[in-house]
Amino acid sequence: MTAPVIGVLALQGDVREHLAALAAVGAQARPVRRPAELDAVDGLVIPGGESTTISKMVELFELREPIDKRIAAGMPVYGSCAGMIMLAAEVLDGRPDQRGFDGIAMTVRRNAFGRQVDSFEAPVEINGIDGGPLHAVFIRAPWVERVGPDVEVLGTVTEGPAAGRIVAVRQNNLLATSFHPELTHDRRLHAYFVNLVRHAR
Amino acid sequence: MSETTSPNVGATPIVGATPIVGTARVKRGMAEMLKGGVIMDVVTPEQARIAEDAGAVAVMALERVPADIRAQGGVSRMSDPDMVDGIINAVSIPVMAKARIGHFVEAQILQALGVDYVDESEVLTPADYANHIDKWAFTVPFVCGATNLGEALRRITEGAAMIRSKGEAGTGDVSNATTHMRKIRQEIRRLASLPTDELFVAAKELQAPYELVKEVAETGRLPVVLFTAGGIATPADAAMMMQLGAEGVFVGSGIFKSGNPAQRAAAIVKATTFHDDPDELAKVSRGLGEAMVGINVDDIPVPHRLADRGW
Repeated sequence: MTAPVIGVLALQGDVREHLAALAAVGAQARPVRRPAELDAVDGLVIPGGESTTISKMVELFELREPIDKRIAAGMPVYGSCAGMIMLAAEVLDGRPDQRGFDGIAMTVRRNAFGRQVDSFEAPVEINGIDGGPLHAVFIRAPWVERVGPDVEVLGTVTEGPAAGRIVAVRQNNLLATSFHPELTHDRRLHAYFVNLVRHAR
Repeated sequence: MSETTSPNVGATPIVGATPIVGTARVKRGMAEMLKGGVIMDVVTPEQARIAEDAGAVAVMALERVPADIRAQGGVSRMSDPDMVDGIINAVSIPVMAKARIGHFVEAQILQALGVDYVDESEVLTPADYANHIDKWAFTVPFVCGATNLGEALRRITEGAAMIRSKGEAGTGDVSNATTHMRKIRQEIRRLASLPTDELFVAAKELQAPYELVKEVAETGRLPVVLFTAGGIATPADAAMMMQLGAEGVFVGSGIFKSGNPAQRAAAIVKATTFHDDPDELAKVSRGLGEAMVGINVDDIPVPHRLADRGW
């Protein structure tokens, strides 16, 4: 079986880290900026970055409609941090003109944990990922406030002032985390997504 | 609960369940999230809103833009806390603010105000001509300027979580930004080509710690994100710096000293993303009105050049 081709939306943010993480777990990883590049991938990662900027760039690059179409057709998508915001049906504390994809039936709050001085690292247990908790890196991160009936909650913060907050979710082929597994050397979450892409093909 | 970390950030995850703030990973990681973006100097909340509307990934709060500092002279300091608050409240994107080189109390105040990044900047009047701020002592991350690799590595040793090439701020003349970016990249390539037994002397020559020099030689890149700054005034300037290897762009006077700041800001954001696409660059470079009136760096007497501040 050939390696799945997974794109990383390369408009702004930590694209290189996602490309490296995907390649390390056996995917053919490549940046995606144009609709034609999107056509060539089996799955897509929306990286960390500034969600308001990425949202504007999606319009400029005329990627909204093609990505929405692929999502509707079942293409797996994983979003980390800003990527989670881009996949949310509803965003709190965003800009009024900010618009994501027709993604996960959830409400996320932008910069929910606070400003950069509140950015933190903590272990997070993920349903469906064996081998102990992931070491999660949260940077001006969002959290999930509400989820629809079809959304599976995969992980929550367990300690500290934000204990109980939802930080990892999945709805069918769409996966989102508040944190950045691409900033650590633990590749289990990317492996989980690559597997999801393999099964969707 | 800030953590002082050694410059050599290893792969060891923190064991234990308590959330921990201010680590090198969240500081450097914050800069990773800004990559491919434009950070704009602003002096008022109104300018901050224009920057955010244009698609800036962050804004930089300062008292006066470099072109005015240059024109008006005098001592240039951290922005007024009320102004910083106003800017923080005006936008949802990250807010950075400048502190004077070595002025650790300005940095403490900026951290207390909740800014997301402190720029220990040569654009302001230095407060200490020997020492930079001990940046490991802070929870808030720092960005610092550099004209060459040795300077960049000394700043990283002191705890900087992001580097920007200095250029010559407030000129609209991109030539020094080009020189500094080429220089840093050249020196990195040179290190990467050296046999390991020559790295000890290379560290001595760069006046930087051997461990960091070795890391750069092995990875072929700085351990932190490298942006560019100083003299960028047009979409083409921004795109050229990206093609030269910058991971993102700081624009100071270039936007709010131009004829149409909103339009120019948006054009520079687009040019940074489309930096390798000349057709798009041609499109976004049209109809922007007057660019800032520039000064050639060569016409500035050496004592008035900002890039020479910091060492």
